[in-house]
Amino acid sequence: MTINGLLKHRESMLALVIVILIGAVGVITPDFLLAKSLLGAFNDTSMLMILAIGQMLVILTRCIDLSVAANLALTGMVVAMINSAMPGVPIPLLIILAMAMGAVLGAINGFFVWKVGVPAIVVTLGTMSIYRGMVFLLSDGAWVNAHQMSASFIDFPRNTLMGLPVMSWIALGVVVLLFFVTRHLRFGRDFYTAGGNPTAAFYTGINVGQVQFKAFVISGMLAGLCGYLWVSRYAVAYVDVASGFELQVVAACVIGGVSIMGGLGTILGCVLGALFLGVINNALPVIGVSPFWQMAISGAVIIIAVIANAKAERAPGRIILRRAVTGAADVNPTTATAVAKS
Amino acid sequence: MEQVMTRTIPNTLSTPFKRFVFRWETFLLLVTALVFFANTQISPYFLDPWSLSDMTFNFSEKAIIALPMAMLIICREIDLSVASTIALSSVCMGLAAQAGLSIEVICAVGILVGIGCGLFNGFIVTWFNIPSIVVTIGTMSLFRGITYVILGDTVMSDYPSEFAFFGQGYIAWVISFEFTVFLILALVFYVLLHHTNFGRRTYAIGNNPTGALYSGIKVNKHKVVLFTLVGAMSGLAAIFLTSRLGSTRPGIAFAWELQIVTMVVLGGVSILGGSGSILGVVIAVFLMGLVTFGLGLINVPGIVMTVIIGAMLITVISIPAVLAKLRERKGRSV
Amino acid sequence: MEQHDAVFSLRDVTKTFPGVKALDRVKLDLYPGEVTALIGENGAGKSTLVKTMTGIYQPDEGSIYFQGAPIVVSNPEDARQLGITAIHQETVLFDDLSVTENIFAGNYLTKGPLKRLDWSAMQARTREILLEIEAPLDPDALLRGLSIGQKHMVAIARALSCDARVVILDEPTAALSHHEIQELYAIVNRLKAAGKAIMFITHKFDEIFAIADRYVVYRDGAFVGEGLISGVNEETLVEMMVARSMTEPFPKVEAAIGEPVLSVRDFNHPTEFADINFTVRAGEILGFYGLVGSGRTEIMQALYGLSKAASGDVQIMGQSVQIKSPADAIAAGLVYVPEERQQQGAIVDLPIYQNISLPQLNKLNPLGFLREAGEYELARAYGDRLQVKASSWSQPVNNLSGGNQQKVVIGKWLATQPKVIVMDEPTKGIDIGSKAAVHRFMSELVQEGLAVIMVSSELPEVMGMADRIIVMHEGLIVGELDRRDASAERIVGLATGGIAA
Repeated sequence: MTINGLLKHRESMLALVIVILIGAVGVITPDFLLAKSLLGAFNDTSMLMILAIGQMLVILTRCIDLSVAANLALTGMVVAMINSAMPGVPIPLLIILAMAMGAVLGAINGFFVWKVGVPAIVVTLGTMSIYRGMVFLLSDGAWVNAHQMSASFIDFPRNTLMGLPVMSWIALGVVVLLFFVTRHLRFGRDFYTAGGNPTAAFYTGINVGQVQFKAFVISGMLAGLCGYLWVSRYAVAYVDVASGFELQVVAACVIGGVSIMGGLGTILGCVLGALFLGVINNALPVIGVSPFWQMAISGAVIIIAVIANAKAERAPGRIILRRAVTGAADVNPTTATAVAKS
Repeated sequence: MEQVMTRTIPNTLSTPFKRFVFRWETFLLLVTALVFFANTQISPYFLDPWSLSDMTFNFSEKAIIALPMAMLIICREIDLSVASTIALSSVCMGLAAQAGLSIEVICAVGILVGIGCGLFNGFIVTWFNIPSIVVTIGTMSLFRGITYVILGDTVMSDYPSEFAFFGQGYIAWVISFEFTVFLILALVFYVLLHHTNFGRRTYAIGNNPTGALYSGIKVNKHKVVLFTLVGAMSGLAAIFLTSRLGSTRPGIAFAWELQIVTMVVLGGVSILGGSGSILGVVIAVFLMGLVTFGLGLINVPGIVMTVIIGAMLITVISIPAVLAKLRERKGRSV
Repeated sequence: MEQHDAVFSLRDVTKTFPGVKALDRVKLDLYPGEVTALIGENGAGKSTLVKTMTGIYQPDEGSIYFQGAPIVVSNPEDARQLGITAIHQETVLFDDLSVTENIFAGNYLTKGPLKRLDWSAMQARTREILLEIEAPLDPDALLRGLSIGQKHMVAIARALSCDARVVILDEPTAALSHHEIQELYAIVNRLKAAGKAIMFITHKFDEIFAIADRYVVYRDGAFVGEGLISGVNEETLVEMMVARSMTEPFPKVEAAIGEPVLSVRDFNHPTEFADINFTVRAGEILGFYGLVGSGRTEIMQALYGLSKAASGDVQIMGQSVQIKSPADAIAAGLVYVPEERQQQGAIVDLPIYQNISLPQLNKLNPLGFLREAGEYELARAYGDRLQVKASSWSQPVNNLSGGNQQKVVIGKWLATQPKVIVMDEPTKGIDIGSKAAVHRFMSELVQEGLAVIMVSSELPEVMGMADRIIVMHEGLIVGELDRRDASAERIVGLATGGIAA
């Protein structure tokens, strides 16, 4: 089997696991299999999916964005406060504002990575605290509650269009758009080249730092979008909104087969990774398991997923022997040498 | 063409003075002194011995973990699961206390659970050759998740009364037990990192893992030991924290991992591995303690401190990077 | 040979790195429709020159002319725009991307107002180019699964995909088989006919006379001479290239050959090598010759405990040893001076004395506490013996020249007092003076009764230093020659699979 086949294989494996998971839950609670529940689960996963796609672009370039949840909380608070102060501002404008603001917050991360050369994990660790703290400074610790928000503000993601809530449509839109961008535009391919082999990318004339900057801007922009969606969906904005969600986002990527070493990962994988976590989160209460299990299970899943991916990713040994070449078509990845990667 | 060596090569060229002046630690010390001075100006209560003693409670537990974390980061790995390890350790101590076990056993449970968590991280990272940041993001959820499974939304608080000594007791006057332990451990880790074979290997691996392997260092084993050390210190910190709070909630020590990593990085340890010192980390611990405490004195809420600490982290890391860029630009124009 | 003829020229270009003057006021002219061979030993500055021409490095001084006009190539994108394209020595390709994408990365074919990537057009063009260079590859195949030779074909296809005016081939034949080299010549001739200016970098003379129209010789980063190939013979070129090293024979000293020290029986690896049997004796230098990628390094690394998949019987001084890690190997008296000095050989950011003491910290400090005086003593003993040139023993290895770095690495291993020392390309990329020092030192070692295994792709080195030569081809030992029976023709014939063993 070619590596390409293996990758597709990995994604279809994940899809299969999700289907089995849904089936198993369905055996215990047949109601879970109703279109309504499944679409509900999808809708619940929308934001995780959107954020995971943004995160993937960052991880592809060998960086990481730990500030997405704080970014989300800050933009969410800003749009909620604007809405409560000026209910007349149209929702689409608010969404654009949220995305623009998220993009700026992402650009700050990108600036430090690109122009100052600070490792992404340090930058986003710092901005994660800063953005979160700014929510407090802005709101003075007060909540913006449902009754302070306009009806249209709260209803927008809930409105259904051809049977699907707008929230789901937005997620689908982001998935399709970024699938197109990462597959069919140079802009999107640059994330793969810059992260896959930065030296080669540089030789090719690609400005690796600039590509990293772009990844952070997109990740921030999507976090801003989710800022509005989150606050509107849960009809509340406060300091600790989505606290710790950045790790779920990274987890969705890792489960979806995005390599933390950069250059490897697909939009489809991200979507499946997010769905996997989403199905588990939705299924637990349905089958009567305490929601307190959620965190432990997702932790275990992350570890199992990275182990599985690490095994699949391990480079096969160099093929020198002619007699090995004939068998090279189905090289067993476990024949890797100890020094293959270091 | 036989060449006679006319001069011998000296062991070292730099003088102790030069080494002192051009160090990150010296810069940090200056900043710390400034903050200290600012604090004395802000509040008349600051210099009160009891108030200084209170300050040490705020950082001693985190600082205890920052010491082995510094070594782990120098060795090019990281452990983001430390706060969750504290939580799991604390819960297990709570279970031991509920079972009516003695204080010695409770403490042993705390440390052993920490060691177990560290070993688990170390084995997964080295056996499967996976970046530790991913593994420990996973175990961070896993360990914390197990505490949620055990505790739900309940609180454990039936610790024996003598247990309070670890986190609340003083050994003499205003000197708290946990601060003393931190100082002793700082000395131990200073010797370990800077004056032992083990410490030298830590730097070698952090600078070049492949080269270290080729030089006959058992890289994986070394890393497992470091992860285990971090776990053990997390267990110890769990004893102090649980004892100080007198209770265990599943959210205990939430988000501490980031504060601990911040301490380490602020202390001059390169997040890319290979360089850093225990002295720097210790100064950074005091610096962060002073900043937090000073802000507390003027009633700045905790969450705002995270803004300042986050900003401090980025600024402090940017300074050398920016200086290097400027120097490079200058060099190019010449 | 006037400057207005040349499509690309360099004048007085200098490039300095810490500790090394890689290029020293060099000149170069490339002419359309002609192949210029750039000749020089390792360390002559060839790769630095390529990187300067393609905008990866900026020259410290000097000027670059393109079609007679001075230009600045400030980044690789500039070079590509001008039509300067290089096939680099190291593979600078993307392992996780397809053949097609590797060819077009950074220079995609697009269509429509959105500048959509035109995958089908790129695939078609890829097929065309691959057909043109007769490389039977699947455009959709991921690079990770290809052999070194196939990756090279992709690199060539990449250089051909853009409308290049200047094509640089940086030692393109190093890893190719005889057949593949012939194919490469055909491609070069086609490029020549298309009017492209070609720079061909090599240190193999048969290639120069087979393909080049002109030559330029560099030595130690400096320009030595240039001219037409028709007006020069091999001896002259060799003299220009190596100067004194040819007049000075290899410092080979006959040593008494004693008992077997290391013997390897039925050493196998699933994909890298098979049926490896050899013995090396005290006082003997055993040479391993073969093309790059023939499995030599892999065998040595497996012996050193770095490959879990290898199996076989290894004996040191008649005792079977189980070597599962480098630490085991060192304990058994087998040490390895690796090819990649910077990545594998030394911890370059650490001081010299710490590098030298690293493998035997436990022996030096049995209680586990560092005693720097002892480390300095060891560093001085072995550093002085190898004539390391440094300002102090606390200087980071990174600040030393390549030759001195290599001396530190060798010193580090000698300090462990081994029985067998394996040296993998011991003189790669170091200056001539250090090269001679390393060779002289090798002779000293065997006189003291050590067994030395020397892996090398430099024929003169192997023939000049080794007592016995084992030749490898595609993971197998294809011949074992005594010093007296070894001729260049035979060795190369065996190594390229030409002569059956």
